[in-house]
Amino acid sequence: MQGGPENATTTDERHSSRVTVEVNGASREVTLDNRTTLLDALREHLDLTGAKKGCDHGQCGSCTVLLDGRRVKSCLVFAVTVDGRSVVTVEGLAGPDELSPLQAAFIAHDAFQCGYCTPGQLCSARGMLDEVARGWPSAVTGDLNTPAELTDAEIRERMAGNLCRCAAYPHIVAAVRETAASS
Amino acid sequence: MSTGAVGRAYPRLEGPAKVTGTARYAVEYPMDGVTYGWAVPSAVVRGRITRIDTTEALASPGVLAVVHHGNAPRMAPGPQPELRLLQEPTVHYRGQYVAVVVATTLEAAREGARLVRIDYDSGPHSTVLTEDHPGLYKPDQVNPSYPTDTAEGDFDAGYAAAPVRVDVTYRTPAYHNNPMEPHATTAQWHDGRLLVHDSTQGATPVRATLAELFELPPESIRVVAEHVGGGFGSKGYAKASVVLAALAARHVERPVKLALTRQQLFGPVGYRTPTIQRIRLAADTDGRLTAICHDAIGQTSTIREFAEQTAVYTRSMYAAPHRRTTHRLVRLDVPTPFWMRAPGECPGAYALESAMDELAIAVGIDPVELRVRNDTAVDPDQGRPFTSRNLVACLREGAERFGWAGRDPSLRSRRDGRWLIGTGVAGSSYPARARPSSATATARPDGSFLVQINATDIGTGARTAIWQVAADALGVPPERVEIRIGDSELPAAALAGGSMGTASWSWAVIRAAQALREKLPDGGPPTGEVTAEADTTEEVGGQPALPRYAYGAQFVEVRVDADTGEVRLNRMLGVFAAGRVVNPTTARSQLIGGMTMGLSMALHEEGLLDERYGDWVNHDLATYHITSCADVESIEAYWLDERDDKLNPAGVKGIGEIGIVGAAAAVANAVHHATGVRIRELPIRLDKLIGVSDLA
Repeated sequence: MQGGPENATTTDERHSSRVTVEVNGASREVTLDNRTTLLDALREHLDLTGAKKGCDHGQCGSCTVLLDGRRVKSCLVFAVTVDGRSVVTVEGLAGPDELSPLQAAFIAHDAFQCGYCTPGQLCSARGMLDEVARGWPSAVTGDLNTPAELTDAEIRERMAGNLCRCAAYPHIVAAVRETAASS
Repeated sequence: MSTGAVGRAYPRLEGPAKVTGTARYAVEYPMDGVTYGWAVPSAVVRGRITRIDTTEALASPGVLAVVHHGNAPRMAPGPQPELRLLQEPTVHYRGQYVAVVVATTLEAAREGARLVRIDYDSGPHSTVLTEDHPGLYKPDQVNPSYPTDTAEGDFDAGYAAAPVRVDVTYRTPAYHNNPMEPHATTAQWHDGRLLVHDSTQGATPVRATLAELFELPPESIRVVAEHVGGGFGSKGYAKASVVLAALAARHVERPVKLALTRQQLFGPVGYRTPTIQRIRLAADTDGRLTAICHDAIGQTSTIREFAEQTAVYTRSMYAAPHRRTTHRLVRLDVPTPFWMRAPGECPGAYALESAMDELAIAVGIDPVELRVRNDTAVDPDQGRPFTSRNLVACLREGAERFGWAGRDPSLRSRRDGRWLIGTGVAGSSYPARARPSSATATARPDGSFLVQINATDIGTGARTAIWQVAADALGVPPERVEIRIGDSELPAAALAGGSMGTASWSWAVIRAAQALREKLPDGGPPTGEVTAEADTTEEVGGQPALPRYAYGAQFVEVRVDADTGEVRLNRMLGVFAAGRVVNPTTARSQLIGGMTMGLSMALHEEGLLDERYGDWVNHDLATYHITSCADVESIEAYWLDERDDKLNPAGVKGIGEIGIVGAAAAVANAVHHATGVRIRELPIRLDKLIGVSDLA
């Protein structure tokens, strides 16, 4: 064994910060290395392993969470920057006793296979539906002066940042479409 | 007594765990004293490490150790030499893992990896596959154990004598599996015993490999793989992450979590070899094939031979009196290629089914009809009748559903504004195999049942399918059956690969259920637990060697932008004949997943090798493109109601791979129909299309 106990500090105090963040409705306080991403803070420090690490570079979307209600790739967010803010992860989507309609629709439409991208897909879809409700356009929105209608083409475009190697895409679209229609 | 569970569309059992984020993958189990490993890849292609300077890394806060060939625990030589990592200073390819930094945090491990200084002596390298490479040789066999070459009749004479001939060469680039979950392992040693949570397609073979490498009895090792974030072949057998994690954990005497980064997956965990494939087809004027030849070239590494069975598809797909197939390899200074969804059949079918399209045009026959005309009830390779072959039925039903009838075969015949529209078809087949497995079935006093088997669910729906099979075999409603999989402590079973998981596992489960029912003659619940076990080694091994294959037909419509050459998928439709379908919900997902990966192969994926550095430059998901949600407008999969009693007790053929077979050819054929441009080197990028011809 190399190194030694003197090196085995969890964090170097000069380079760490106390971070208070609301996660899934509960206030959490944790001291983190300043280099820690929000994704690693969730997974390695708060035992919230729902958000997944697929690429650590913001390229796959598996780590998508909601930060103050908006979808972000948590691997691209330093945890120190979320002090005082609110995070919702896949673990926070369900109600106390039952799945959210979106989660239930994902199961009903078999909108996943291996499940690794699924937490990101769900958080992304939740954030995306809110963006549509606010009237935000996407790259395929034709008329920017009227609220975007949630067509399949809109769903596909707006969910294109969440890769699924199992390719459950048509089922993801169906689940999102059904959830949007019933809400 | 069947309860009708098989064939019914159940949602997958682990669905709630997966949509709530509570399903734990390999590096997600909480544990005390855990440390983090970060792999260090070699910076040279071919050479030798002359010095490793770990001073700076070890001085970095949190770093516990730098494990490398100079200090790593020793491993025994094994059948997979590329897994003997950190044992010697030799570098065989760029990206080979040459050290692991272990630290108390992920950030410290990553920083430590940056601070390790390594000096190399490096020599010249050869990393590019060419058809005239001086190192071309004939391997003794091809994956997994097919003959390298086959010949029947006299191909040269048959080809020369035919009135219609096609002689074309296709190329495919390196493809990288890229499951969404990178290869990852948590390893911990306790009193000489090793426990690993591994992202693998088979915990039983991983345990066997670790036992060999660490010279331990298999009983001292436990491998858990409850949830696995995809594999597509790249997690078949033990991979570097499990070896590195086990070495590091032994070295620091603490649990180690080691996840490879996305960039580190491009090569060292396997990939699909680039191929160069020459196809020669000869036919009479009615389109009946008289001669077929498929010559395939692929690459392997200097460490181990892996010979992709690229031309094997051609041996059994279409009949002709004069036939020849060959495989040649080159040993390059590259990582060893390995399985990727339908190794052999996938690239091979791309070439053959493209060439069939070219032949259809040359002879002036509809491409569906050409395939029907060359159908055969007898396997041209083995000379025996197929146990079932419904290729023609798939083609007919697919044509009907797709609306193929009345297709104008002339090229560039449909246009919608700036879009050129075309349609294409391809055949598809994949062998139906099974491997020995064992299982136990237990009856409990409360009327419930427990079925245990070390199957792996990498996203296929295996857990749910086996549960349905078990319920039917036990003759009880599935709600009374509990299923346990994904742990080497359970009865040993085949890995999830080769489209033989369900066939292999259900075989053992059915036999265990039958044995249990014999022990419970009155049918009621026992007063104490009663367990029966089954091992299918003898039965599977004693099965007659017959040609057993699943079949399919793939239909594609694309639109191509006449100005930019951009190719978009309008719709894709597949019809398959794959024996019994256990669960229509998960089966459909598997089939469209395979078809989409074929679309991805045709249009998006391409490992771009930089010869100077001997490595793929686009080694991430921003630059190695895979099909995204926006690329799939319409994709449908159907299947025939097929019964074949010469397969296995469950009557299944396997559906994990056939979806990708032929899919890329159907796309390429549709692009050709739309544009009149035949791109014979995948992927079909817009610059290739407009580079050849002014589409507008």
